[in-house]
Amino acid sequence: MKVKVIVTLKNGVLDPQGKAIQQTLNGMTFDNVSEVRQGKYFDIEVNESDENKAKSQVEEMCKKLLANLVIEDYKIL
Amino acid sequence: MKSSVIIFPGSNCDRDMDVALKKFGFENQMVWHNDAEIPKSDLIVLPGGFSYGDYLRCGSIAGKSRIIKSVVNFANSGGLVLGICNGFQILTETGLLPGILQQNKYLNFICKNVFVKIKNKENKYFKNIKKEVLELHIAHNEGNYFCSNDELKSIEDNGQIAVTYCDDKGNDDEPNNPNGAIKNIAGIFNKDKNILGMMPHPERMIDPFLSGEDGSLFFENLIGNV
Repeated sequence: MKVKVIVTLKNGVLDPQGKAIQQTLNGMTFDNVSEVRQGKYFDIEVNESDENKAKSQVEEMCKKLLANLVIEDYKIL
Repeated sequence: MKSSVIIFPGSNCDRDMDVALKKFGFENQMVWHNDAEIPKSDLIVLPGGFSYGDYLRCGSIAGKSRIIKSVVNFANSGGLVLGICNGFQILTETGLLPGILQQNKYLNFICKNVFVKIKNKENKYFKNIKKEVLELHIAHNEGNYFCSNDELKSIEDNGQIAVTYCDDKGNDDEPNNPNGAIKNIAGIFNKDKNILGMMPHPERMIDPFLSGEDGSLFFENLIGNV
């Protein structure tokens, strides 16, 4: 089954790319954009039919590789 | 004294490091990332570069490569492990050093000489260096050191800050911070001070005609203490 994961920077962690995107959007007349936070999205195909098992495996993957918990949070969709 | 430099796909300072280590008397060997064991060594170096193309996060893929288990075992048994630039990023991703190197605050790749202040000399890396401030080279896009407030307090309390960015007089304040690193941190130790990760490249400062020799001071001291 396919498991989807989003990794984002924790609140309060500096996101220079997000800031640059926000400023560019403001410059393109999207004046009402006050903040952009950039993240990562993963589509993971796991050879496992049990949804709970697959998700708990993906959770391990998030903790060990996909996210660095010093600065990032992950969400399994 | 034997040293090992590990080569990852995308490492590009491995050869410079090999030249520097040999110049100051190390018997250096190059080790491929997919090997299972590190040959007998007194020092392991993780060199600079862009291991695995900086995919996912800088150093994250290299931090899980086959050779890393034996690097971690070596480090945990008190062996000297030095990570320069991408090597520093790999050390944080393996968990051997706290914190993480984020993208530079102003989104620019920085390539220039900087001054760093030695903050702790009670370790093999800086013990007998007479100078307090060294001129070294940095070249990175992700050198903005970050850690939680609790971690910062812990590394400060344990004397784990190795070097900080400063001016030629040793003022390590905000105007002399090139990349936004917390507390101007350019390099840190683990608690036992056998592991050092730092962004500046001492191996690029070993030639009096090309670069200056503050990197030479670093290697001369290191071989004397290994």
